[in-house]
Amino acid sequence: MEVPILKQGRYLIATIQAALSDEDLLHLRRALLERVIQFRSRGVVVDVTALDVMDSFASRTLRDITYMIRLRGADTVIVGIQPEVAFAMVQLGLTLEGVATALDLEEGLAHLEQRARSSS
Amino acid sequence: MADDIRVLIRSNLDIVTARQEGRTLAATTGFSATDVTLIATAISELARNIVSYAGQGEIVLRVVAGSNAKGVMIVSRDSGPGIRSVDDAMRDGYSTSGGLGLGLPGVRRLVDEFIIESVPGRGTTVRVTKWLR
Amino acid sequence: MVNKKPANVPQPPSTQSTELLRELVAHLREHRTQLREEWASRITEAQLLTAMTKDEIFAEATSVYDNYVEALATGTLEALQSYSRNLSERIIPRGVETHEVVGIVLLLRDVLARSLFAKYQGDFTKLNRILDAYEPAANRIANTVAVGFVQERERVIRQQQEAIRELSTPVLQVRERLLILPIIGVIDPQRARQLTEQLLRGIRTNRAKVVVIDITGVAAMDATVANHLVQTVEASRLLGATVIVTGLSPEIALTIVNIGVDLGKMNTVGDLQGGIEQAERLLGYKVIPAAEANAAA
Repeated sequence: MEVPILKQGRYLIATIQAALSDEDLLHLRRALLERVIQFRSRGVVVDVTALDVMDSFASRTLRDITYMIRLRGADTVIVGIQPEVAFAMVQLGLTLEGVATALDLEEGLAHLEQRARSSS
Repeated sequence: MADDIRVLIRSNLDIVTARQEGRTLAATTGFSATDVTLIATAISELARNIVSYAGQGEIVLRVVAGSNAKGVMIVSRDSGPGIRSVDDAMRDGYSTSGGLGLGLPGVRRLVDEFIIESVPGRGTTVRVTKWLR
Repeated sequence: MVNKKPANVPQPPSTQSTELLRELVAHLREHRTQLREEWASRITEAQLLTAMTKDEIFAEATSVYDNYVEALATGTLEALQSYSRNLSERIIPRGVETHEVVGIVLLLRDVLARSLFAKYQGDFTKLNRILDAYEPAANRIANTVAVGFVQERERVIRQQQEAIRELSTPVLQVRERLLILPIIGVIDPQRARQLTEQLLRGIRTNRAKVVVIDITGVAAMDATVANHLVQTVEASRLLGATVIVTGLSPEIALTIVNIGVDLGKMNTVGDLQGGIEQAERLLGYKVIPAAEANAAA
């Protein structure tokens, strides 16, 4: 299942659905990188509101996405992690260290704006 | 009471199936939203280990009754290479980078009871239980 | 690939017993009014369902009777199970207890059995065969209704316990985007866990960007609970909130260091007041001393 990626100005917004397979995640990683390059995006929001389970693979891939996109000079922020999912993640030891997180899309975009302002 | 739910694990797609079955079972058994997620996450990690290290195996889910409580048991079984040192695997060398090794210490934190048997060359069985609070 | 055996599949009856069940169901439908009334009056006699009025009892008796006979007719329990859950949801808040529900279902079983005795008393062999078909089915039904009721009760009790626990640990919103969680007393792992869940839900509901967790009132903390605290801080960050821990005693600080956590990475401030001030700074509030504010006004 392909993850929809929307372009909003200089930002890209990827919205993840619940039943996400490993292949879907890897596909997303490639697709985001391609579009960041294509549109010279300044930032990416990955919205995981609908994700019901974040396991080690998902967490690793989100970190990969963040690092790869940073190499292109853009920031990434993960938004919408559900309370139950956050709880399970920290129990499992997945803290997404080095990855910016925000409550929701609105906060995520605000974060990217702030980063863009402080770095320009 | 109810019967076993068996999910054959042969590919990454089966990981999603297994955890969704687990989610449904946990929800109908009466677990809170948080515990449902913990159970689904544990299943996801166990199934992932099967795919990564054994190639194939199965996840069995069942509702169990204790002396005073109800719970869900997850059995993860494979005939893969097995774990040479279970002690090492269970040591918490799990830093925040997550995904080091088998992630078993992490799974143990998600559940109430955790039993693992592994014979190198023969396979591994992990049996975890979570009780309804 | 999933292999699932459905639970509670009734044994497929032999053709003979299917015939008998059909005859039996026809009899129960034919004498519906009279049997239902008899049942309702026996319920009152046995002083069951005292929490309900006679009209209510009659209305429910009608539904239960019809669902009961339907379950006998179809041999499937799904409709009965869902009706039973529905009924339980309605009567539990009225204070109806388990023994009453079990009692009325058994009374219905008896009333129907008696009417079968009356009808087939002339033919002992036939009566026996009819009972052979009726009894297992009736018992399964009684079981289904009783178990459904008990499960619903257990669910309600769990919910109530959760609500009580939540009431005793308030998460306070003092400013926009700022939450305070004052923790007082003894925390055991279960309470710690529940605090974390509540806080995370609170962060989402209140869209908090900063949380001040004040543990001034906590005397001591073991490694497990200290771990929970650290996890709470990490989980809150995943929801985009920064956590400031205040009131950390030297003993608890040591416990945290001993479990391998770098205290330097944790945002700590001496007391609650200081914590709130720092939170406000993080949120971009400027704190103006009262004198200045009055002068400006």
